[in-house]
Amino acid sequence: MSLFDFFRRGSAPVARERLQILLAHERAAARGQSDLLGVLREEILAVISRHISFEPDRVQIKMDRGKSVSTLEVDIEIPNGISGAFAAAQ
Amino acid sequence: MAQVLVVTSGKGGVGKTTSTAALGAALAQDGERVVVVDFDVGLRNLDLVMGAERRVVFDLINVIHGVAKLQQALIRDKRLENLCLLPASQTRDKDALTEHGVARVIAELRTKFDWIICDSPAGIERGATLAMRNADAAIIVTNPEVSSVRDSDRIIGLLDSKTAKAERGERVAKHLLITRYHPSRAARGEMLSIDDVLEILSTPLLGIIPESEEVLRASNVGTPVTLNNTLSAPALAYFDAARRLKGEEIPLVVPSASRGIFNRLFGRKAA
Repeated sequence: MSLFDFFRRGSAPVARERLQILLAHERAAARGQSDLLGVLREEILAVISRHISFEPDRVQIKMDRGKSVSTLEVDIEIPNGISGAFAAAQ
Repeated sequence: MAQVLVVTSGKGGVGKTTSTAALGAALAQDGERVVVVDFDVGLRNLDLVMGAERRVVFDLINVIHGVAKLQQALIRDKRLENLCLLPASQTRDKDALTEHGVARVIAELRTKFDWIICDSPAGIERGATLAMRNADAAIIVTNPEVSSVRDSDRIIGLLDSKTAKAERGERVAKHLLITRYHPSRAARGEMLSIDDVLEILSTPLLGIIPESEEVLRASNVGTPVTLNNTLSAPALAYFDAARRLKGEEIPLVVPSASRGIFNRLFGRKAA
């Protein structure tokens, strides 16, 4: 046991925190909830990438659930160099 | 009315078979008619832990396929006459179990016993879902360790969706049994505490079985720990858990760090 370990308060709190985060994701996925965003993201990216090339990690997809209306926000950053293809298509 | 219990966990090696044997023997010592059923087809071990490995002639799959009658396959315990074992097959693969066949055998067992305790195989495949299929209640065996807790969470999800009760819109009662608990390591913050596990899984606690050499000693000689050394710490914890299953209110005591003494009263209500 190193000196650092001696002063650290056990590893159980880390285990507990990791589990809480992981299980929150897994439970939502099992209920088919948060995965909706994952599926939407994949399909939207597939459609757009057929026409324009872009960096997949420059895409943000957010969903806000409201009482009467929910919004889906898709934000795709397209580099200027290839936006010509976008203009030509119009 | 007969109660069908499934002892399940997802993860292997956490103590399902040990707990099935220990709880079965504890209930039988209390005068209940008990059968323990091994669902681990191909990797049966309940016969070994019960000390009946040389008495297996017919098994669950023989009964399902009509090769043997239920009475021929049931092995009566030599120590407790109201405790029986229905072994799994060691050779056939788990596809030999059919949903209809399992339901028929469980229905027949319900007419002969007060408690039918199904020892589930590890995993979330067909063998595990068939073991839980007809359960009225589940005992989820969990070690205070990240992979075991995660798998238990998964199993709890299956109990709420894949069981006959869940499909009828009812709930399978769930009880958490924490095994291999090291009081001193939990006190030092090296092991998830009981409160951590309960908070994460939010399932009522049936009992806490402390890590003990008595468990290995009992399985070495083929005797459930509740028969081998009835005054050992794990045996006492299993006896309490069995009484809670029967609906008795027994205060839950967290095994404390001071050796062998169970002294800290646990405020939480039992399952």
